[in-house]
Amino acid sequence: MSAFFVTTARYILAFAGAVCLVCAVMVSGSAVALRDLQAANAEQERQRNVLFAAGLADPEEELTDADMAERFAAVRAVVVDLETGAELPEVDPASVDPLVEAGITDSSRAVPENLARVRRVERRSVVYLVEPGGELDVVVLPVRGQGLWSVLYGYLALEADLDTVRGLTFYEHKETPGLGGEVDNPNWKALWPGRQVFGTAGEPIIEVARAAAGPVAEDPHRVDGLAGATMTSRGVTNLLRFWLAENGFGPFLERLRVEAAG
Amino acid sequence: MATETRRVLMDPLIHNNPIALQVLGICSALAVTTGMQTSVVMSAAVVAVIALSNLSVSLLRNMIPTNIRIIVQLTIIASLVIVTDQILKAYVYEISKQLSVFVGLIITNCIIMGRAEAFAMQNPPLKSLIDGIGNGMGYAAILLVVGAAREVFGAGTFWGIPVLPLASEGGWFTPNGLMSLSPGAFFVIGFLIWILRTFRPEQNEAE
Repeated sequence: MSAFFVTTARYILAFAGAVCLVCAVMVSGSAVALRDLQAANAEQERQRNVLFAAGLADPEEELTDADMAERFAAVRAVVVDLETGAELPEVDPASVDPLVEAGITDSSRAVPENLARVRRVERRSVVYLVEPGGELDVVVLPVRGQGLWSVLYGYLALEADLDTVRGLTFYEHKETPGLGGEVDNPNWKALWPGRQVFGTAGEPIIEVARAAAGPVAEDPHRVDGLAGATMTSRGVTNLLRFWLAENGFGPFLERLRVEAAG
Repeated sequence: MATETRRVLMDPLIHNNPIALQVLGICSALAVTTGMQTSVVMSAAVVAVIALSNLSVSLLRNMIPTNIRIIVQLTIIASLVIVTDQILKAYVYEISKQLSVFVGLIITNCIIMGRAEAFAMQNPPLKSLIDGIGNGMGYAAILLVVGAAREVFGAGTFWGIPVLPLASEGGWFTPNGLMSLSPGAFFVIGFLIWILRTFRPEQNEAE
């Protein structure tokens, strides 16, 4: 092309190498420089969702950093041993990232095949308790499971009876916008509060129905399905049932129940 | 402004719009135009990427070996897009979540590759930069119109502020659900092309 540069194989290789090097430095430089800001954003997003699930904030309202800090002060993060359900008060919740630990063999365990398609469960997780005046009001549990395209990550908040739903939100998923993506729709999320997750025998029977469900009083264990998103709806059913059962937060909820009764 | 520069900058806006005339970059134009905020951020991202990619390709145009030029262009574009995505994630986190994969998909936006290959490889840096900005603006113009139409008719809001009182909140306006789905963007873009070609019949393809 140009008279100055003879395009020998050596020149082509050198040129390609140089381009790659410059681009790599640019990409990794920006990733490193912006990492702290991004991590702070992600953390704040998580806290916001805990507040939404617990009914302490409305997704519609604008929250400043100060509002966030103030409301989150009412929430106590607790590290929980999932197998025994015991609290681990000596562990700092900020030092535990359950999603990272779930991916490491030493800090997780394999669970039997399940419909939520969760393969490994972390040994310890972080739950959030709201206890105005020392009395348990809401417990917020992190949940996750397979939808249609992606794993849905969210929070389920239960009332002090550990049966009635206070709220459900998903903070990360890649479901089809407008169909499965409607798990984010405030109108759909508004259908959850008041539903009951457990049946009479104590097994989780909460279900996202195939079609419309009745009002809370008549149909306490079912929620309207998402139109055009059967797989995502089923995924939500499966992931909630998984995390409420023995391999998820079952032992933890059982311990809270015993403590409340005793 | 010199007429040549003006032509390079303004042509892609109406006369030779990359979306309306060349029908390129439709994928992201459909996906991200559900509202004004996402449209503006996406437009800014594309203008930045196309301007910088045109500039860098043009600076290197006499050095890029012909037989690997496409992959070199792609490497430059991909790097710029990743950096843009990182910046959006750091500074406009909420909107970057809504844009999800579509920022990454700017890499495959044919407008950008097209301008790098068709213009920046043959023209000096400044002119290529202006051409990039012009084409980015042409893309942005359509995105903003489509975004505004879809947000107003699909949700009754503009930039998140209610402009049409919703029937569900005591007003008279029932949102058109189609507008908030991707097919709604097809209709709006179709209308735009129709209007444009009514006033500029020379844009019609030969029968």
